[in-house]
Amino acid sequence: MKILVLIKQTPDTEAKIRLSSDGKSIEQGDVKFIINPYDEFAIEEALKLKEKLGTGEVVIASFGSDSAKELIIKGLAMGGDRGLLITSAGLEGTDSLGIARVLSAAIKTEKADIVFCGKQAIDDDNMHVGTMAAELLGWPHVNVITKFDLNGATARVEREVEGGQVEIYDVTLPAVFGTHKSLNTPRYASLPGIMKAKKKPFDIKSPADVGADVGSLKAKVTIRGYKYPPEKPKGQVFAGEPIEAMVDKVVKLLREEAKVI
Amino acid sequence: MKVLVFIELRDGKIKSSAHEALTVGAKLAGGAANLAAVLVGQASAGLAGQLAGWGADTIYAADSTDLALYNIQTFSGAVEAAIKAFSPNVVLGVASPMGRDLFPRLAARMNGAILTDLTAIEASGNGISGTKPMYSGKCLAEVATDGSVISFATIRQNVFPANKSGNGNATVTPVSAPAADGKIKTIEIRKGKSAKPDLTEASVIISGGRAMGNADNFKVLVECADVIGATVGASRAAVDSGYASHEMQVGQTGKTVNPNLYIACGISGSIQHMAGMRTSKIIVAVNTDKEAPIFGIASYGIVGDLFQVVPLLTQKFKALLK
Repeated sequence: MKILVLIKQTPDTEAKIRLSSDGKSIEQGDVKFIINPYDEFAIEEALKLKEKLGTGEVVIASFGSDSAKELIIKGLAMGGDRGLLITSAGLEGTDSLGIARVLSAAIKTEKADIVFCGKQAIDDDNMHVGTMAAELLGWPHVNVITKFDLNGATARVEREVEGGQVEIYDVTLPAVFGTHKSLNTPRYASLPGIMKAKKKPFDIKSPADVGADVGSLKAKVTIRGYKYPPEKPKGQVFAGEPIEAMVDKVVKLLREEAKVI
Repeated sequence: MKVLVFIELRDGKIKSSAHEALTVGAKLAGGAANLAAVLVGQASAGLAGQLAGWGADTIYAADSTDLALYNIQTFSGAVEAAIKAFSPNVVLGVASPMGRDLFPRLAARMNGAILTDLTAIEASGNGISGTKPMYSGKCLAEVATDGSVISFATIRQNVFPANKSGNGNATVTPVSAPAADGKIKTIEIRKGKSAKPDLTEASVIISGGRAMGNADNFKVLVECADVIGATVGASRAAVDSGYASHEMQVGQTGKTVNPNLYIACGISGSIQHMAGMRTSKIIVAVNTDKEAPIFGIASYGIVGDLFQVVPLLTQKFKALLK
């Protein structure tokens, strides 16, 4: 079975986001980049599936800039078999549908049987690409999965929705699954794993190389600019008084000033 | 412009957030003839009457026993049928789990442009422009769709008002959903155990951080939550320490919330946590460390031990709400 994992390079969750002075772009200077946290669950699930089947290949793929290579290698250090970087050079403004076109072409070219990706990337917070790629392939998808169990060609999966409600599906492969926290605990790369990762097969390809129709990638969504969220007005913080007096003050403010109680 | 609004149902009822989408849709459409809505689900056609006066003349309803349970293939097919019948410029919905499942699939199918989780929206030619929080709200992007293709947009819940205009006679037009293709079968939809609203829909949230110390101590928050009708949340530190389950997590790798009142207890305020809750209208912070960053965005703060402060808060709220 060929298992493809889609990952994305995102800024670390603790990173401050700084905008360029003209507000047209996000400064990337000293930002630390990581594998999108939800994609780590995708890598782990792919590795677990291969271990369970006792056979197969796990390909770690990303559409991104050269710096994503290092993060794909991290996935190989965790246990992936082969890396695939599809270079986004010259296509930085591609919207999510364009990216899904590139990745769905890669999934087809790779003849993948199953695709795992994070439920969303923590940069644009869109939840688009995995679902769109499935649609373009004519495959089913389930996003935000918290349980995955494959029997033959059918996967029984659970998807978390709102208020603890869970949708349970049977999905016939090939299919795309978007992984959520609590699906598994991603492993750490072992030292031998890290040593081996650099020697594992790694392909760097252009969108055209993986069969994407580059002419179809024109963005239909544009980002005109960025701004910071409005500053919070300075609040009232009470300290050094008896606890009950401070609680009384805050309860009164909540009732009379904020009118939320 | 012509706008089609997807009306989401839960337990056979129209979700309140659907009215927020209809209000936005009515404003974009500028007239009841240009606004339509689509209902999908078993016994959904009978709900159309409840949409009278919400700005739409036409309500498409895909109503059959096959649609008793949500399924991406049949539901997306039903909405697609309504799109083909109405030919809208914009398809509008709410950035709920269902909306965020359906809309990307439909946008890819119809070669459209899609904007997700908008907190501001307006017409821009035949397309739309708006504001979209990114990085869990660390920054806001000004985004726009190319009006030469169909636009799909979901709005964030609890951000837009719901105002009934009195326009729109909500006449039902049936549409059909495709037969199930069997590639994806909905086996069951298991109800949540909690009667409380989800964090993303809650109007009041009380959250605990690492200072909770253990899972058992969360009962201090639960007692307070029961008095004020709050949903209990947690910081990533509390979740990673095993004090709280992951669906309670607020922050960049948890849920982004925007309640009227957010009470942060023993949460210092990491960047990723504040990204997920800073749009809360009123923030109360309780922390022993007066330098904790959470006080920087708090409307009201108490420097003190949460185990002393929260039971007192509970007691005072109880007296007030008696």
